[in-house]
Amino acid sequence: MLGRLSWAAIPLDQPLPLYAMGVVGIVILVVLGIVTVKGWWPYLWREWITSVDHKRIGVMYVILGLVMLLRGYSDAIMMRSQQAIAVGDAQGYLPPDHYDQIFSAHGTIMIFFVAMPLVIGLMNFVVPLQLGVRDVAFPTLNSVSFWLTASGALLVNVSLVIGSFSRASWWGYPPLSELTFSPDEGVDYYLWPLQISGIGTLLTGVNFVTTILKLRAPGMLYFRMPVFCWTALSANMLIVAAFPVLTATFAMLLLDRYLGMHFFTNEAGGNQMMYANLFWAWGHPEVYILVLPAFGVFSEVAATFSGKGLFSYRSMVLATLGICVLSFMVWLHHFFTMGAGADVNAVFGIMSSIIAVPTGAKVFNWLFTLFRGRIVFTTPILFLIGFMITFVLGGLTGVLLAVPPVDFVLHNSAFLVAHFHHVIIGGVVFGALAGINYWFPKAFGFTLDDRWGKASFWCWLIGFYLAFMPLYVLGLMGMTRRLQHIPDPSWQPLLLVAELGAIVVFLGILCQIAQLYVSIRTRESRRDLTGDPWNGRTLEWSTSSPPPAYNYAMLPRVETIDAFWQMKRNGVTAAEPAYETIEMPRNSPIGFVIAFFATTTGFSLIWHIWWIVIVGLLAILFIVLVFGWSENREHEITATEMARLERARLGLGRPA
Amino acid sequence: MTIATIGAARPELVRGRGGGGPASTRTVVAYGFWIFLLSDFILFSGLFAAYAVLSGNTAGGPTGADLFNVRNVFIETMCLLISSYTCGLGALSAERRQPGRFLIFAVLTLVLGAAFLVIESTEFAGMVSKGAGPSRSAFLSGFFTLVGTHGVHVTGGLLWLIYMAAQVVAKGLRPHVLRRLLCWSLFWHALDIVWVGVFTLVYLIGIQ
Repeated sequence: MLGRLSWAAIPLDQPLPLYAMGVVGIVILVVLGIVTVKGWWPYLWREWITSVDHKRIGVMYVILGLVMLLRGYSDAIMMRSQQAIAVGDAQGYLPPDHYDQIFSAHGTIMIFFVAMPLVIGLMNFVVPLQLGVRDVAFPTLNSVSFWLTASGALLVNVSLVIGSFSRASWWGYPPLSELTFSPDEGVDYYLWPLQISGIGTLLTGVNFVTTILKLRAPGMLYFRMPVFCWTALSANMLIVAAFPVLTATFAMLLLDRYLGMHFFTNEAGGNQMMYANLFWAWGHPEVYILVLPAFGVFSEVAATFSGKGLFSYRSMVLATLGICVLSFMVWLHHFFTMGAGADVNAVFGIMSSIIAVPTGAKVFNWLFTLFRGRIVFTTPILFLIGFMITFVLGGLTGVLLAVPPVDFVLHNSAFLVAHFHHVIIGGVVFGALAGINYWFPKAFGFTLDDRWGKASFWCWLIGFYLAFMPLYVLGLMGMTRRLQHIPDPSWQPLLLVAELGAIVVFLGILCQIAQLYVSIRTRESRRDLTGDPWNGRTLEWSTSSPPPAYNYAMLPRVETIDAFWQMKRNGVTAAEPAYETIEMPRNSPIGFVIAFFATTTGFSLIWHIWWIVIVGLLAILFIVLVFGWSENREHEITATEMARLERARLGLGRPA
Repeated sequence: MTIATIGAARPELVRGRGGGGPASTRTVVAYGFWIFLLSDFILFSGLFAAYAVLSGNTAGGPTGADLFNVRNVFIETMCLLISSYTCGLGALSAERRQPGRFLIFAVLTLVLGAAFLVIESTEFAGMVSKGAGPSRSAFLSGFFTLVGTHGVHVTGGLLWLIYMAAQVVAKGLRPHVLRRLLCWSLFWHALDIVWVGVFTLVYLIGIQ
């Protein structure tokens, strides 16, 4: 009846997960209680859960990413603390089995449920506004994508309470992740959520490639698109080209585990190296899926806050597309040591060094954009400067690791851990935080507090260096990654510095929470009435903050790069424009409902509860069939109604 | 400085190419579906790669030459290729707003697709009964997964066809039905392309 699930799945004998579970449970109950008492359910259902508005979906993605950041961070501080105290005779407080789950969950959550939602959230919110259109190509599908991502995040976190998570790290290499060596539900808790959220991400990719290539405002030629749109296009092309490989790879591992096949097993001709190749054929492009949109954010921030156009727009676009292509030609550098031979290693080593060239070109472009600009030192520009220094250093250690003989020494050491945190925190996280600070006023109509923002920046920057510079040194001293116990006491001082760094990063997170709290409390005094708080250059700043559901009553007419900047210089005003009747997509609950059944189906697959699997799949099929039959998915806003809405909006929101 | 919503599209600029504003719904839907098909091809490319790597790893079990019956596979292939032709004729009838002719071609496509599936499942069942199931060797895992995934796609395509025929009967060839039919026919032709790869890589090379 309940498959493998029994009371034994609740870790009653382990105090730590129980405490975590208790705290999370209480927080969830309190939030649900407040929502119920205040009677917010109808509002949430109508305006958020069933919303197909790209702006709302973008905001929900970012919230998901930030909440999961807290989970991923708690894993990080637990590992840091374990390594700082479990030295010599001391064993620390985390037993090996639990520690292995924590580093696996940390990587999985940080990549799939923090970094991905943050960049996809920013793309969702910004891209249609920058393109000057009213929504993405497939708004309902967009809602499905979001809720499937949320479903995956939920399932991974369920493993905290019911059963245990994978101990096979965030990439789940076989044969360790095969049934022989990981017989319980742990690896399944890794594979199924990633399959579910992977479908969501793939649909996002399809949606955004179509949106950017086929839905743009009149006159928005390719070489007039803001650079953020170019980076979003590249990232989504990479999603379309890379995520199916991950889906296929995980499907093969699942077939091994569930149907006794032999893709990656030790016996009957299975080949584990094939998993490594397939996984990283997705995994390396994934790095650029994350970092290219961050580059886009920094390009917008650099141009806006230095008051001049981006230096060498065309080379920026070409560098982005170059990285997009090259990213598929370097995957083997993740396993130089696995015996591909000197010739193959040399080719991939050279390719990995070459990919640093377009990235370097970009750094120069940002520098020359700032050069002789009238720089306004806001939080986003601080993140840009911190990013340029940090990312260049992290990139250099990457070029070092791209040299196969060096990699043979440093492979799987703390040096590698320091390297990829260097580029992911310095690139993706700084980019996302800059983007949140930059576009927050557009989303909510008031600016974020700059003092708390700057405090959080300094904590993140200093904390990052304190936490990860010691790991470079420790790697050179011979410390391998994923150690539950530190055998060499001479490593402890540096591990304590790293622990201190992790705490400083936590202060940065606290500053961000304070920033949100203070900004919301003082929102009346920080309202953005113009819609253009930063003297922006691109179209999203031409509509009000927050924008109406339809973004633009009439689609803007684009004449140049930095279209809005040009409009401001030409002094274009619309007296009483001739409004037209438009169609907007209707709200739809199907994203939420499909994700509900995807969650129950995924949970039942993990625990082998086959009847719920069948019920869940039939329910999803039924929903798709019902939706596939429908036709009136849009509602009209007539010209007269639009005129009334616009008069109300412009009269209230902004002095004409 | 206030709002910047000006002007309509200059008519000389082509819609969807960036000059003249958003493309039509039909273009957007078909284009999006093309991108989705592209991702589906990449999914298959992962399975093809896995099969290519594992095809020699028979672990002492049967090889392709022992198992494959080229005559049956040839008939199977013909069924699928001809079904693509009838699918194309059906799509043309739908574009000409001839629902009756569309339904005839839909039935033909359905019969041919079902024949393909019957031959394929007979082949699978025969192999499993000979002890050559997917868990026998890495080669057979790769074979059943690659060919089986294609078979699952064909099954899905046939169910989708029945569903679309029902929409044509119930609603007629209205624009949104035509858009969905277009996606379906793209899907059906794409399965043919994948099958050409399967036929070559798995069967023609496998029997040698």
